[in-house]
Amino acid sequence: MGKRTVEVELSTTGMGLDGKPQRVPLFVGGDPAGLAVAAPPAMEPELEGEHMLINIGPQHPATHGVLRLVLEMDGETIVRCIPHVGYLHCGFEKIGEYRQYNQIIPWTDREDYLNSIGNNVAFALGAERLFGIDITPRCTVLRVIAAELSRIASHLVWMGTTCIDIGAFTPFLWGFQERENVYNLLEGWVGARLTTSATRVGGMAADIPDNWLEGLQGFIRTFPKTIDECERMLTKNAIWVGRTVGLGVMAPDEAINHGLSGPLLRASGVAYDVRKDFPYLDYETYDFDVPVGTAGDVYDRFLVRVEEMRQSVRILDQAVKRLPDGPINIDDPRVILPPKHKATNEMESMIHHFKNVMEGPRPPIGECYVAVESPKGEKGYYMVSDGTSKPSRWRIRPPSFVNLSAIPKMVEGHLLSDVIAINASIDIVMGEIDR
Amino acid sequence: MSAVSQPFAIVYPGWDSDATPATPRNVPVSGGEQSPAATAVQAQFPGAVVRTVVSRGETSLIVDATEIHAMIAWLKDDPTQSYEYLSDITAVEHRDLALAIEVVWHLRSLRFRRFIRLKVLIPKGETLSVPSVWDLYKAADWLERECYDMFGITFTGHPDLRRILLWENYKEGFPLRKDFPLRGRFSRSEQLKNALAANPEARYSMEELSIADAFEELPLDMRRRIASGPKTGE
Repeated sequence: MGKRTVEVELSTTGMGLDGKPQRVPLFVGGDPAGLAVAAPPAMEPELEGEHMLINIGPQHPATHGVLRLVLEMDGETIVRCIPHVGYLHCGFEKIGEYRQYNQIIPWTDREDYLNSIGNNVAFALGAERLFGIDITPRCTVLRVIAAELSRIASHLVWMGTTCIDIGAFTPFLWGFQERENVYNLLEGWVGARLTTSATRVGGMAADIPDNWLEGLQGFIRTFPKTIDECERMLTKNAIWVGRTVGLGVMAPDEAINHGLSGPLLRASGVAYDVRKDFPYLDYETYDFDVPVGTAGDVYDRFLVRVEEMRQSVRILDQAVKRLPDGPINIDDPRVILPPKHKATNEMESMIHHFKNVMEGPRPPIGECYVAVESPKGEKGYYMVSDGTSKPSRWRIRPPSFVNLSAIPKMVEGHLLSDVIAINASIDIVMGEIDR
Repeated sequence: MSAVSQPFAIVYPGWDSDATPATPRNVPVSGGEQSPAATAVQAQFPGAVVRTVVSRGETSLIVDATEIHAMIAWLKDDPTQSYEYLSDITAVEHRDLALAIEVVWHLRSLRFRRFIRLKVLIPKGETLSVPSVWDLYKAADWLERECYDMFGITFTGHPDLRRILLWENYKEGFPLRKDFPLRGRFSRSEQLKNALAANPEARYSMEELSIADAFEELPLDMRRRIASGPKTGE
């Protein structure tokens, strides 16, 4: 990264070397030599300055869910953009106030559903901070594996859907093939593909099965090849470059002021990554780089995400090598369910099982805000406990919600077709925005 | 706008901090080291900090509502504090209804890799109103709107404080308040009736976009619906 020169290999008709569409003069009239260009008809005076209203969504494939954008347009240029959200609002935060901590974990699957296991990890980390629990070393490494696999899966969906929006189809299929491998791995581990609910307060729902690591190592070996292939399709493709370079530029200070996070912020040249700056799960001991863009446009966001997938593979590789043996759950019967054979045979364990299921573990009074680096950005869980087994407030800090709030600024002055590319580059998940 | 624009200089967080960030371990449930911002704020705004609480390694400053805007502005601009990143704005209502409603700001300093939480307590029965920080952080735009939508807290100075997740003429109140039942205030049939009568086309952004000239060009049935619906979105 850092270098900004893009060689355009595939020069297509109508596309200049700078990747911008060339204007091909259109000849009309009876000039056989084709030299004289007919003057365009004078614009009718009443048409000047008349703005048009275009409504995109809420049911539109390029809005990645149920986002509605109202665009005020002057010709084909966006003058104003007003986003409307909330079509998927289902009150997760309200429901969380009526659920025990472990019962909230299935809800975290469903908010940012492309990163479900990453949300599980984030929520469990927050709840453990609230309880004052330190998890076991094996659990820490397993959660890193889960979070990075989920980041790869989410970025692959982003790449695929963005390609479809912009008009490329093949990288979508290649990306989804690899995503299938990730979901097969997750299925082998926790039994579910999309809605994983894999973590518990103080540990994980299940340890990895035998020979699972071989499957993961196979994925680590083969996956970089797919990234290379997708990059070969896109990175120097004249159409891709032409449709992404220079769009939706956010300067670093603007990006910080708008509260952007994740690949959007890093593409704008701010190397803020929660894993590096406010580490959790021992991320400071892993050797990985934070890709940073220097132009802040859609193209840089693409480059940053692709590089992040490579870095995730690096982290996965290190995590597999260092995965220690040992228990995955902490040894605290007040929080962790006893094993089934103990719960049915020992009086003590049965009591613990009963108390844990019926009452639920109870954290001390207080509050905490724990943020992790989700594929979309800084995802925070803010929990307030009043000493009972249910939080009195559970707040999700949704990264795509804050990122999307900057879209009027990003699309202003661009063309209608660029809105699709810019909107795709934000990587929105409406489940997370509306909650 | 063009492919050859000047590249941005890269900003590395922690550019004025020597500390190596590390995963927090054995974080005490309460007590611990205060953030350096706490004492600095107390020196800068004497009497404005009601209480300082350190819990789970995070410092919360409970401050006076009249000083909150000046305090956040100072925390953002002062070079020794430099809290330039607004993480979150939200509110908390406790199950004990006698306790005050809290409005919470989560700020981050990328420069020093620090985190601080500011709170304003609004006792029950008082007007739910705090100053907006939209003029300091554009990130506050939607966060404050959501907080208004869910709790009914007015952020004075916000240019466009409308509901965001719920529709504009939502009648049931503010869902995250504790007096709001989990299943909603009205019966299912009433909720359905309200939803159908909400007439979302009435807010078809005519007023928002001030291009009401186009009204005459709309189909007749749509014009009728818009004319009959309540005018909102102002």
